Amino acid sequence: MNYSEFFAMRMELLILAVFLIVFLFDTFASASARKATTPLAIISFGIATIAGFFCCGETVTAFAGMYETSPVISAVKCILNVGAFIVLLQAVNWIDSEDASIRRGEFFELLFVTLFGMYLMISARHFLLFIIGLESASLPLAAMVAFNKNKYESHEAAVKYIFTAVFSSAIFMMGLSFVYALSGGSLYFADIADSIRFNTNSVLLITAVAFVIAGFGFKLSLVPFHLWTADVYQGAPTSVTSYLSVISKGSAAFAFLVVLCQVFGAVYSDVWEWMMYALIILTITIGNLFAIRQRNMKRFMAFSSVSQAGYIMLGIIAANVLGMTSMIFYILVYVFSNLAVFGVIQAIENKTGLVSMDDYKGLHKSNPWLSFAMTLAVFSLAGIPPFAGFFSKILIFTAATESGDVALYVLVLVSLINTIISLFYYLLVVKAMWISPDAPVVPSFRSSCLERVALWICTFGIILLGLVSCIYGYIYCVSSQAAADGFFMNLL
Amino acid sequence: MDQTLPILILAIPITMFFILGLFGMKMSHKLAGVLGILGMGTAMVLSYTVAFTYFFSGDAAFIIDGVRQQVEIFDVTWLAFTDKLVVSLGFLLDPISAMMLVVITTISFFVHLYSWGYMEGEKGFQRFYAFLSLFSFSMLGLVVATNIFQMYIFWELVGVSSYLLIGFYYKLGSAVSASKKAFIVTRFADLGMLIGILILSFYMPTFNFIELTQNGGPELALTSTGGATFLGGSVLTWALILIFTGGMGKSAMMPLHIWLPDAMEGPTPVSALIHAATMVVAGVYLVARMFPLYLMETASLDFITGIGAITALYAAIVACAQVDIKRVLAFSTISQIAFMMVSLGVARPEIHEGLGYMSSMFHLFTHAMFKALLFLGAGALIHAVHSNDYTSMGGLRKYMPITHWTFLIGCLAIAGIYPFSGFFSKDEMLSAMYGYSTFWGVWMTAVAGLTAFYMFRLYYLIFWWDENPNYKHHTPHDAPWQMSLPLIILAAVSCVAGFIPFGELVTWNGEPYHIHIEWVKIAVPSLCVAIAAILLATVMYRKKNSLPDKFAAVWPGLWTAAHHRFYWDEMYMFVTHKIIFGGICSFIAWFDRQIIDGTMDMFAKVTQKTSYAIRGLQSGSIQTYVWWYFVGAVALAAVTAWVIL
Repeated sequence: MNYSEFFAMRMELLILAVFLIVFLFDTFASASARKATTPLAIISFGIATIAGFFCCGETVTAFAGMYETSPVISAVKCILNVGAFIVLLQAVNWIDSEDASIRRGEFFELLFVTLFGMYLMISARHFLLFIIGLESASLPLAAMVAFNKNKYESHEAAVKYIFTAVFSSAIFMMGLSFVYALSGGSLYFADIADSIRFNTNSVLLITAVAFVIAGFGFKLSLVPFHLWTADVYQGAPTSVTSYLSVISKGSAAFAFLVVLCQVFGAVYSDVWEWMMYALIILTITIGNLFAIRQRNMKRFMAFSSVSQAGYIMLGIIAANVLGMTSMIFYILVYVFSNLAVFGVIQAIENKTGLVSMDDYKGLHKSNPWLSFAMTLAVFSLAGIPPFAGFFSKILIFTAATESGDVALYVLVLVSLINTIISLFYYLLVVKAMWISPDAPVVPSFRSSCLERVALWICTFGIILLGLVSCIYGYIYCVSSQAAADGFFMNLL
Repeated sequence: MDQTLPILILAIPITMFFILGLFGMKMSHKLAGVLGILGMGTAMVLSYTVAFTYFFSGDAAFIIDGVRQQVEIFDVTWLAFTDKLVVSLGFLLDPISAMMLVVITTISFFVHLYSWGYMEGEKGFQRFYAFLSLFSFSMLGLVVATNIFQMYIFWELVGVSSYLLIGFYYKLGSAVSASKKAFIVTRFADLGMLIGILILSFYMPTFNFIELTQNGGPELALTSTGGATFLGGSVLTWALILIFTGGMGKSAMMPLHIWLPDAMEGPTPVSALIHAATMVVAGVYLVARMFPLYLMETASLDFITGIGAITALYAAIVACAQVDIKRVLAFSTISQIAFMMVSLGVARPEIHEGLGYMSSMFHLFTHAMFKALLFLGAGALIHAVHSNDYTSMGGLRKYMPITHWTFLIGCLAIAGIYPFSGFFSKDEMLSAMYGYSTFWGVWMTAVAGLTAFYMFRLYYLIFWWDENPNYKHHTPHDAPWQMSLPLIILAAVSCVAGFIPFGELVTWNGEPYHIHIEWVKIAVPSLCVAIAAILLATVMYRKKNSLPDKFAAVWPGLWTAAHHRFYWDEMYMFVTHKIIFGGICSFIAWFDRQIIDGTMDMFAKVTQKTSYAIRGLQSGSIQTYVWWYFVGAVALAAVTAWVIL
């Protein structure tokens, strides 16, 4: 075995190192020293995040082709790192509270393990490794969802999450077993792609694709695989909810693109383009329809993120360089916008325990800065210029229509109409905060320093990503390189 | 050249804007004023340094074989649409932009200083300085634009800052409507400009000025748009005329001049800075910037000449019949800018080596100085008597000697009396016009005569005529030093600016031109006309008498029409209110309310209903969730299989 191949996994190793540091410290430190776990985890992960920016090497495959890394993969991992870092900053207040502080070590460890799993999922080029990644990204999350173990909702959410996760894994594996049969006994992406190139129209293959999509549908909460989302988002601790909705979703979206293009690329126009087509319309529309009626902010964000996932999928259905670029850019913008919203929700929840939209009435009078951050974030989510969300939406729409197919224009039209519907419910939040004449429910308070730092990062991200084109330019550059390396080679 | 100075010239005003805009309310008036003045002063010194380096250093980057070069100090890509069609932001240094840097920062600095006295104690003093800084930044960005898109961006920014400053007294209804009028009219004109830019960039896939106007760019534009015509004009002609439309709006050419007289509702220093010296000449600057392109289609230059000549005469006539002294100056500004436009329109390389271009820029420079002087003088008068109308003035020369003498110098300069600066630039412009055609030469000489007449009419009515009885209650006196100092300096500049060898510095192709005054053919006749007009004004207005009323009674129709500015505003009101709002818009409003809103309401209702109808899906029971999950996966496979196989 060539040990130098581990060097290709340096981003994973960084996370592993952070995990080990926190794990060992938390296990062996005295009870009084354990308070230091939080700063230790944040600082070491911050260092890993920054180090990650310098790990974007060349395209390398390792471990007999099971693992691959490339500039675009590193870029996605960096985005996830930044997002996870913001989640950590926002979680501090909660995790150091009396209720949760006794288990704070576990929170960080579980989070790092899931992040590690997501990395593997993105980089895997063999389904065995992929499943390991997928499961280590899913199962520890159930424990995180159940973190507030004194709360009934948290239990309920965890049970729903674990059942659906297991069920989806089963379906996914079932799909894989069909694929295994088709490829004649190989689980390498490349081998499978080769074998289905000449064997496109079989029921077995179609079922396999459908089941794989269903498996991803769980992670991305695509309709009709999304039903767990609202209950879990509502019941889980808000930090976990934001982690679920942003990081978990972002990683799954990219892995989904990899699997669909590199494994099933040959049946793009025959099979999965239309499956995705149906799923996107369903996801965006039903997500929106449910979001309209929600009053609980976490539930509201659950359905909002269902519908946002539909927009992200537009980048997959485009299946070209522009689609890949705009999808990654969309995820990046989504990370900042969604985390800003969750940051505000969490700040208010930690202070007052209120999570209903009705409690946000007149918020601008008592907490103008939080209202300001929240407004920018929902404007960005709704896609109002000049915030980043507008550009990410317009780019992903452009990408989806690039092939010139009339059906895809119709799809974009449907998405556009849905954007208007989404504007309605996003503006409900803004209306509650700024226009509602009622006296504020939430008292004026100063959020903690780290929460404010996190919100500032998000706000700057929301504004700057829209105005500065170099980040998009960089993503485009690495995506083009991936395409040149044959990312879309199987597509006909 | 080092990039630091150019960046600083732009960075200082915008930084001042943010500092004063964000923290101004926490500052004292004095601190805000000093900050604004210091910032602008620094920018002025830096601009002088840059202009001096450009013109006189003899650096091989700026002048090659005696020909001044256009240099992009920096140019940063901002948005790349295609490989060639790129929007960038940069700093272009060439004779006209260097000259404009000097003009803008000088006037702006004096206006900053002047406002310290003029605006003293006003509410929103800090906001005023913040807006002045924003305007200066926008105008500087406009003149140094490396490409037409950057120019367009700053063009709009200039419009916004003008809007903010006109409406500075936002509690005054007339100021609010004036600011809206200015913004809407110029914005309407800018639509034409945008279309022109789009047409031009469609055929010439670049926005860059150097690529458009140098090294065969204009010829390429001519050939690439060749063939296609629209209503008898070539595509290039149309593009250029449409771009010029934007200039017509900003520079208040007929029929888009209606906003400028109303813009006088803004504080007087603003009128001096924006509506006399800098922003309103943006249209002239735009044509000068793209002049080589305009040369390719002389039809567009003829259009400019025609519009300019008509506007010049019209505004000069109207200026003779106004009561509000700022409006007289406003119409005088319109007339003078039109003068520059005509001069550009008649500029041809074969006529005196493109003299019209040089003289137009020369007049832009001298006009900026003496018109700012006149406006600031008017501000001092208004400050003293608290009224804009000359009927509340008269006989002020004894009370306000500084204002009187400086105002007189301004009048002599604009009337074109030797040796004041206006004489030199006007003489060069008339040379160019006579060189092109005697008709326009005579026409514009007549306008020059009218100019001398209405300016001295104003001068006499303010400073001579009859002493106003109100002075007994409230004795007017000269303004404080912050206001008088700019007047004195600008007056001094107006006395000597004519002797600047302008032809050596600014010409259309960068080659030096040696100015020689044609005394016999042009200078003496035009001087005679001006002096005759001044004499007439002296006879009519020096002492209170009934001559003016008798003259008005000779042509009552003309006088009333001129007093009402030939009813342009009424015509606009009729077209917009009666025809557009009353006729077309009422139908559109009905369509919007009934059909469009109705459809939207239907969508909203359907959405709401569906939302309630499907809520059962989210039952909360895990069994249903998993069931749906399974059904979804199988249905996905089944439907696809059924469709494909």
